[in-house]
Amino acid sequence: MKALVWHGKEDIRYDTVSDPEIEEPRDAVIKVTSCAICGSDLHLYHNFIPAMLPGDVMGHETMGEVVDLGTEAKARGGLSIGDRVVIPFTIICGECDQCKRGNFSVCQRSNRKKELAEKVFGHSTAGLFGYSHLTGGYAGGQAEYLRVPFADATHIKVPDGIPDEKLLFLSDILPTGWHAAMQADIQPGDIVAVWGCGPVGQMTIRSAILLGAEQVIAIDFLPERLSMAEAAGATIINFEQESVTERLTELTGGEGPHKCIDAVGFENHVCLGQPDTILDRFKQMTLTENDRGHVLREMIYNCRPAGVISIIGVYSGMVDKFPIGIAMNKGLTFRMAQAHVNRWTDDLLHRIEDGQIDPSFVITHKRPLSAGPEMYRTFRDKQDSCIKVMLQPE
Amino acid sequence: MSFMLSQIGNISRSPGDPKVIETGPSSLKPADSFGRALGWFSMGLGLTELFAPKVLTRWLGVEGKEGLVRAYGAREIASGVMCLSVNNDYGAWSRVAGDMLDLASLAAAYRDDNPKKGNVGIAIAAVAGIAIVDALAGQSIRSLHNRKGEPVRDYSDRTGFPKGVGYSRGKASGGVPQDMRATPSSAAASPTTGETSPASADLILEVSA
Repeated sequence: MKALVWHGKEDIRYDTVSDPEIEEPRDAVIKVTSCAICGSDLHLYHNFIPAMLPGDVMGHETMGEVVDLGTEAKARGGLSIGDRVVIPFTIICGECDQCKRGNFSVCQRSNRKKELAEKVFGHSTAGLFGYSHLTGGYAGGQAEYLRVPFADATHIKVPDGIPDEKLLFLSDILPTGWHAAMQADIQPGDIVAVWGCGPVGQMTIRSAILLGAEQVIAIDFLPERLSMAEAAGATIINFEQESVTERLTELTGGEGPHKCIDAVGFENHVCLGQPDTILDRFKQMTLTENDRGHVLREMIYNCRPAGVISIIGVYSGMVDKFPIGIAMNKGLTFRMAQAHVNRWTDDLLHRIEDGQIDPSFVITHKRPLSAGPEMYRTFRDKQDSCIKVMLQPE
Repeated sequence: MSFMLSQIGNISRSPGDPKVIETGPSSLKPADSFGRALGWFSMGLGLTELFAPKVLTRWLGVEGKEGLVRAYGAREIASGVMCLSVNNDYGAWSRVAGDMLDLASLAAAYRDDNPKKGNVGIAIAAVAGIAIVDALAGQSIRSLHNRKGEPVRDYSDRTGFPKGVGYSRGKASGGVPQDMRATPSSAAASPTTGETSPASADLILEVSA
């Protein structure tokens, strides 16, 4: 089959690889109908996430049709050949203590290389598709076929009659944006500030509006992203043209936002107007810091006392100059996680069917899978006003 | 080479995992590969300057300037790190700046009383040539990754709300589960009466199930 394969920093190739095969009774294989490039794939593209190996298949936003089933996947999960499924980016057993509590992204059993993860994180987190050997080294879904471990639990069954474009993002960015809003504890009347208007930021903005936020303030520097945020009714701040602190102060009557959401993560934009971003980038280059913490610092500084900081952007390790003193004295609450995808997907599918949200708005580029290597570059360089790439095997 | 590395990586894959049979087109362009080659060159030269400066000072007839050569070595290594990073255009341009500094220093050594004046001349020619290559590399890497002055698309019609923002706003309000609340149960656990502190008598606390 054909697949997008990681070969090194900035080196993604459209390779011919062997087809995946059923290994365990709970496995399934799906024929991929659509997949997407995620912003967090760029961390792998830049080789910032450790434990990638040449030959690893990329991708964790995938949907398709079941074409092969292990015996238990059929019996336990009610899956059948021909079922249409979206595959969550987190692999879940559905049976461990964390899964039973709905904390799916920290499933205790699905990471098949948990010894490695335990050494790095202290405890293992869930296995992820196409996201390094720290999270299991599972092949990803930017391919023609995908083997799904624990398939009886790791799937979202979706109805026919709704196009892939509307359903694909149940795999990651829609529930991820939703989770960011949920863990921010958004209540009607809240003023919510969202840092980052990439695909997850866009979903977070819309989730905040669904949850009844009075005002959503979207912070980015790319005009195309800001125009998309504005389309949903957000008030925008272009941080290259204006001071985030001054604007937030003005927009909130000097009180600050009730809820601040980080949809950027550790690869924030580096610009002259924000000198700490330059220092962080230098330290990251010289391996004296893993993560760039500008967004965290700005959120903590600007958040209303007793407010909530929600972190959904990906961080990989250590961050410097973390203003814990400000956070402590302001009494801020921190919530963070990789999204517990399957916890939210029933509800979100219902909202898609009801017309409350249509996540396809975010797709700016739809291309064949073979264009994947080129689209990684286009997406990374933000060329052609690219915000979200959807890929389909020919 | 990459195919071979992927075969080695297969050791960590299970039998049912896909394995590379044949590699195809890559996202990595020649300009980036060249930028990285400059990075490795910088690292090699920088380490030589840092740890064996006398080799250069003797060849150029500038004995006693080892401290300066070591400083230039550190600069080369910094350029090399940048060239090997994803911001390799800055790396290439930092090399151009370094080349200018090298040329200025070499020009000062190009004196009649320097018995190695000929070697200095060779070095000046080499650095001038390298400076042109560095500048071309910096330019081609930057133009590869630039947004190219293309018009910005306007997505202001992409609301994501098929029935309008008004229909969707607040449709999920009150839907945050208890375990996602910022202070899920503290209010319920510690009811306030105002007995000990009048300030706590009328707190706005949500005590919801």
